[in-house]
Formats: sequence, structure tokens, C-alpha cells
Amino acid sequence: MVNFGFGLLASSRINLDLFDKEKFDSLATEEPDVRKCIACGSCTAVCTAGKFTPTSLRAAIEELQNGRDEVAMNMLKGCQLCGKCTMVCPRGINTRHLILSIAKIYSNKK
Amino acid sequence: MIYEGKQKIWSEYQKEIPDDHYFYVRSCIRQSFFPASEAAFLDITRNKLGKDIFETEHHTTCGGIAYHSDAIPQETVMTIIARQFALMAKYGYVNYVCSCITSFGLYCETLETWREFPELQEKIAETLWKTCRLDFAKPKYIVHASDLIYHYRNQIAALAKHKLINVHTGEPLRVVEHIGCHYSKMFPSKGVGGAEYPYVLAGMVEACGGTVVDYPERRHCCGFGFRQYFIKANRGYSLSNTYKKFESMEPYHPDFIVTNCPGCPYFMDRWQYVIAEETGKTYGEGSHGIPVLTYEEMMGLVLGYDPWDLGLQTHQVGAEPLLDKMGIQYDPEKKYLGAKGQDIGRPACPSCIK
Repeated sequence: MVNFGFGLLASSRINLDLFDKEKFDSLATEEPDVRKCIACGSCTAVCTAGKFTPTSLRAAIEELQNGRDEVAMNMLKGCQLCGKCTMVCPRGINTRHLILSIAKIYSNKK
Repeated sequence: MIYEGKQKIWSEYQKEIPDDHYFYVRSCIRQSFFPASEAAFLDITRNKLGKDIFETEHHTTCGGIAYHSDAIPQETVMTIIARQFALMAKYGYVNYVCSCITSFGLYCETLETWREFPELQEKIAETLWKTCRLDFAKPKYIVHASDLIYHYRNQIAALAKHKLINVHTGEPLRVVEHIGCHYSKMFPSKGVGGAEYPYVLAGMVEACGGTVVDYPERRHCCGFGFRQYFIKANRGYSLSNTYKKFESMEPYHPDFIVTNCPGCPYFMDRWQYVIAEETGKTYGEGSHGIPVLTYEEMMGLVLGYDPWDLGLQTHQVGAEPLLDKMGIQYDPEKKYLGAKGQDIGRPACPSCIK
């Protein structure tokens, strides 16, 4: 074996053919703005909860797109709905409302 | 998938490729990676087909490597490209053919940028005059060298000495065709077959009697990606991309891979050695890898060129199993002899791959 100083990486990629996109599609129907997100991270930068807990709307949206609902929900449970992210979003997304819709659609509570 | 339906879609995506009179520009890295490919292109087009392909020693790199590595800004690369186009006009040509896929993508990007921002074009024209004293010009047609070989594929097939057919079984060879990302993923209308169904290499393979393997990761990047590779710590990403492709194509047992980009054949060839060293796995028959050819090398073999004149001895994965399948005679003793019969040295023998 030769040590090249680099090697094959353990992949964390999602097989898009296998995961169920139904929930994300219903979220996009209710909140079309979720598709507008450019993942700039402005929301995360101003997030008060994010300074103390692993709260990140940017990362949560990415996780939802990759079908990792539970990881995303854990990222949003520290949100206090203060709305600072809504004020800074360059795409004009009502992030506060988006978080509420995510909670409604992805919550296991009926 | 209905394969016939896919072929029908391909036939609808065509681009205009003039038949003759081209200004040719080389790639800055292909002559190191695949030393005979560009010479084979010129020999096939000029001497076998009698076409007018002009090149000048005054042309330079397109600047793509520096641009994609963020070493130079876009306006600098545009001025370099404007100089190439100006040289074309100076020598009386309007059709431009380039050897490199990165260059092709960058030429398309530059022309589109100028179309969208005429004031930028004006600025570049001024910079070109100030720096080089050359008049600004734009090509009427811009094609990649593989477009041209695709255009001539039936003429080449008519001259073929060897078909892409297994002489032992009579079956067509199974070929993986891999298109460089910058060929049509950036500007789909600029490539034969668009981004989803690029037909440029598949057309060559089919014209020469081979059959194309359709596998799940067919359109995946080879893994080169400038930033993945240039920084050593990131090379694992490059390697993993290639690994993903080989894992995907393995069940289809391809006889060889053909590509039209400078980076793709290099990485798909060399990474097979690295994967073999790291995992012990090889993808060809009997501990061999899968030979990876450029389209010029493939057409050169079809036309009966000597494999060693085509530079196949510079590949990591030996091409001998493919040559045997095609029924091509070769002298193993001459593999490591240079153009003048001198010994060019022998590489160390890898432990896991033949």
C-alpha cells in the first residue's frame, strides 16, 4: 500500500432516488419561498439562539432537501421566533413563517 | 429506459460544424498527458481527410487553469482569449477549433459574456490593442476538436483498418463514453446532443462498430475539478468522484473508456492505480484496469496507427488487452522506445494493477 497523503472519503451523500421527498414538496407548496433560499447564511449569522445552541436555518433547509428531517428539526428546536433572520434575508423570505411551517409539516404530532 | 427514444432525442440536438478551414489551438496540458493525441488529430484531418487545419506557434494557453484556480481575473482571461481570436483573424480564418474542453467552455463563456455585456467587449478590444496591437475579432464558428472528428466520423469509419469489434467473439466492444463537463454542461446548446444527451463520442463509437454502455453515473464528473485536485488535502474528493463512477460502470464490464477532455482521461487512468493501491480493487479483467483513451487515440487505432506511435505506453493502465480484442498487431519490445528508437525508460511496476 502506498501512502498518497489523501484517500477515498467516507461519503455522506444522500441517494436522491431512495428518500421520500413528499414532505419537502408539501412544504414547498405551502412555502414556495423555501426554494428561493441561496444558502447565504445571513439568517445563521444573526441568530441569537445559534450562538448558544446548534440552530441554523440555512443548514436545516439543506438537511430537509437531503431528506434528513430529524437532523433538521433538531437544528430548529432552539428557535425563539425572534424574527431577526427575516429582517436580514436578502431573498425576502419570511423565515419566521417558514420555520413555523416546517414545524407544522415535519412535526410528528398530529 | 427506452434506448431508441434516447437516440431520437440525441438526433434533435445538433450544432452547425463547418466542414473545412479551421484555426487550431492546442491544449496546454494534453501534450504532457497524451503526447500523440494532438499530432494524431492533425494527421487524421490534414493527411487522411485532406482538410485545411492551420495552427501557429504564436498562440498561447487560454488561461483557463489560472482562471478556474482564481489566480487571474476574468478580464485578464478574456484578453488572452481575444488575442487568440485576433490571431485567427490575422491568418484569415473564421472557424475556430480547440483541443481542450476547458478552453472550449471558456471560449463559450467569454463569447456569451461579450454578447450580454457589449461594454465589456469594447473594453477588452481596447486592452487587446494597447497590449498586443491586434485588431479585435470573433470567430464565426467555434467547435471542439471532438466535434470535428464527430463530423468526420463516417469518413474515418470508411477508412478503418480495425473496427471497434472483438475479433474473437464478433461482438461490438462495450465502450464507456465520458464527456468533459465544460463541453456542454455550461452551455448545452454549444455541444452535440446538449447536456443531457451528448452524442459527440457516442456517435464516433457507433460509427466505428462499437456499442455505448449506459450506466447510472454516466454523466457524473470524472473528479478532476480544478480546486479538488490542485490542493493536495482536497484530492480525496477527486478520487472519490472517480471511484463512484468506476463502481457504477463495473457491472457493465466495459472494454475501454473514451473521453474528449484533457483532465478526464488523465484522472480516470491514473486514479485506477491509486484506487488499486488503496483498496486492492481493479475494474478490468484479470487484475487489469479499464484502458482509457482519448478520442484521437481511439480513431488512431481504428485507422491502423501503431499503438506506440499514439503514445499508449504513457498510460497508467496498459492498453494491451484492448489491442488484443481489436486484433491489432503490436511489438511489446518497442513499447518503451522513443520516436528515434531510443530507450525512454520503464516505469516502476505497480503492485496491484497491470
